[in-house]
Amino acid sequence: MDFADTPAEAAFRADVRSWLAEHLVGEYAALGPGGGPADESGWDVRHEWERVLGHDRWVGMSWPEAYGGRGLDLARQIIFNEEYARAKAPARLSFFGEGLFAPTLIQFGTEEQKQRFLPKIQRVEELWCQGFSEPNAGSDLANIQTRAALDGDEWVITGQKVWTTLAHRADWCFVVCRTDPESSSHHGLSYLLVPMHQPGIEVRPLRQLTGSSEFNEVFFDGARTARENVLGPVGEGWKVAMATLGFERGTAFMSSQLAFESEYAQVLEAAHKNGNSQQPFLRDELAQRYVGLQVMKFNGMRMLTNLVHKGVLGPEASIGKLFWTTWHKAFGETAMRVLGADALTVQHASADAYELDELHHIFMSSRAETIYAGASEIQRNIIGERVLGLPREPR
Amino acid sequence: MNFAFSEEQEELRRTVRQFLEAKSPETEVRRLMETAEGYDPAVWKQMGQELGLQSIAIPEAYGGQGFTFIELGIVLEEMGRVLLCAPYFSSVVLAANAILNAGTDEQKSALLPGIASGDTIATLAFTEPSGKWDAAGITLEATESGGKYTLSGEKMFVLDGHTADLIVVVARTAGTNGTDGISFFTVRGDANGLTRTPLSTMDMTRKQAKLELDNVVAEPLGTPGRGWDAFSKTLDQAAVALANEMMGGAQKVLEMSVEYAKVRVQFGRPIGSFQAIKHKCADMLLEVESGKSAAYYASWAAAEDNEELPVVAALSKAYCSEAYFHATAENIQIHGGIGFTWEHPAHLYFKRAKSSEIYLGDPTYHRELLAQRIGI
Repeated sequence: MDFADTPAEAAFRADVRSWLAEHLVGEYAALGPGGGPADESGWDVRHEWERVLGHDRWVGMSWPEAYGGRGLDLARQIIFNEEYARAKAPARLSFFGEGLFAPTLIQFGTEEQKQRFLPKIQRVEELWCQGFSEPNAGSDLANIQTRAALDGDEWVITGQKVWTTLAHRADWCFVVCRTDPESSSHHGLSYLLVPMHQPGIEVRPLRQLTGSSEFNEVFFDGARTARENVLGPVGEGWKVAMATLGFERGTAFMSSQLAFESEYAQVLEAAHKNGNSQQPFLRDELAQRYVGLQVMKFNGMRMLTNLVHKGVLGPEASIGKLFWTTWHKAFGETAMRVLGADALTVQHASADAYELDELHHIFMSSRAETIYAGASEIQRNIIGERVLGLPREPR
Repeated sequence: MNFAFSEEQEELRRTVRQFLEAKSPETEVRRLMETAEGYDPAVWKQMGQELGLQSIAIPEAYGGQGFTFIELGIVLEEMGRVLLCAPYFSSVVLAANAILNAGTDEQKSALLPGIASGDTIATLAFTEPSGKWDAAGITLEATESGGKYTLSGEKMFVLDGHTADLIVVVARTAGTNGTDGISFFTVRGDANGLTRTPLSTMDMTRKQAKLELDNVVAEPLGTPGRGWDAFSKTLDQAAVALANEMMGGAQKVLEMSVEYAKVRVQFGRPIGSFQAIKHKCADMLLEVESGKSAAYYASWAAAEDNEELPVVAALSKAYCSEAYFHATAENIQIHGGIGFTWEHPAHLYFKRAKSSEIYLGDPTYHRELLAQRIGI
């Protein structure tokens, strides 16, 4: 066991720190770290900032240099994330492209596909969204009904996706479709890459309980994409989709713990200010949340050590997802109790606008976290069946 | 960053597990828990002479092997897994660390080699009938007269207090309170004026005693009146040690639950195929693995003896106590009626978990310590 930087890592950390000090200034610095991948606030400035990151190759830093990456190891990615969080830099918006699609593409894509898509993600010229869930394919994701069929050199796609985060901002979507009309369940699916800006696609926003509309419904009505835009073999899209979900449950949220540390500091400050930190039950609750926050960090370090040594993320990533989402929801509730009567009012509440400060936003948006990327119940099935080897539910 | 055990540490775990599986099966645990001494002197001797377990983390200068708290944590985890009945926690964790933290070089040289070899069984007597785990709980007074000290008062819940050869007693100077005036003394187990009464422990696998001291002549350990820092550190180390021990038991009951859920058939299918049971097991795994993360990190902080120790000691004791107790309680529920019987081992772990949760202070107590230490 050793938690210290090597001299080379320490030098890298110093580089990151000085780069951030030099570039994270003015309106970029003013954005603050709030929100998450599904948060749209300050979009234009964040988009600009993301391009600054991309220009100096802090986007896709783990990828091979041939695709615009730096080929950095996991230890350095973590150092970057730590320094990024410490500097209170803006929430990233390449989550779906850089965090989910790119690692899947690197694992399953052809050389041509990597050359075509990775550099544009790296330079933040193309943003991506994730076309998985459907009205009848939520936890039962294999029940996908969106269909795609070849028409000459193009796939023609018909169907509906839902809960598609930031689809209205995206240029491309990775869409899991049924390409074998005779198939059912996880057979006969393919993982298609579909351009968003075309007449066959309609994006309709869904207003969430937070009052904002980052989620969408996406309707495909004869939408088209080139024949070669399928990732992995035709008919084996389930395997590719599972890899994406693996990244989503595992590495993509690696840096969440750091964001939660700063949220915790904010709640603690509020508790000190209104005196609730001296109220015995709240004091215990705050300590309890701190315990969870640290345990999350220790779990993450153990998971990463395994990842570095064994090279792959196992089903234990489900433990991480279950842990952080459960913790964050409880933390949101603690934040409301800490605010006390101040929890009763939000920034603005009218028919067309419902605006939240950060703590109310955490309280509310965290309700989605135990649902998306595999609901907690699904994570428990995965842990029970794949980690503990318990028998599957008869189906 | 590397949060994993080394190959040598994994090898140590395998060796200890093999030894304990042979020497401390359930039949032995049940036999020993019904004796007054609560341990097998022959096994204790083997532990010391063949495996060197008592000496593992004691510095080489004092007759030990000089390994770190990480190795000690591994040994404790394996002991917790089998509910080993032995005065290991009292002698090797509590007394040895108290002596290391408080004693002079001369005292360490005199006292530690015996503990390291297993020839001396020692313990730490600090808690009193008030049941407080901190400085305020220390009321037993030390009286000085012509450079000689005598102790009078009562100590409770002293682990293996009735069998220990050497007792490290935490006392206070008359007229002091709080963290001032705390002192360590050593007393022989057969000292004049010392009455030792075994307690009827809820967890029969770990023995405790009441000690009544009536003008017992005692040797100061370290500087009288200046013992608080050493005592506080000893308590933090003990909390980390107990967290590790608890996770061994928690892992064991998780395995018991999962095994049973795979073979027990109701409604024509293994009960583990029902989500009601499957999800319980998944939650147990999450808590057990999380508890291990906390305990192992705390072991590292204790090994490094760094400034993180007070915080991670409190948080790992709080988290692991709850994880362990929850796992043992769910284990009974998953086993159904059979889990409620005396014959089934589920209750042995259930009782060990509850007593470990309360010993050294319950989770609420440790969260309050944590709150103070991180500035809530």
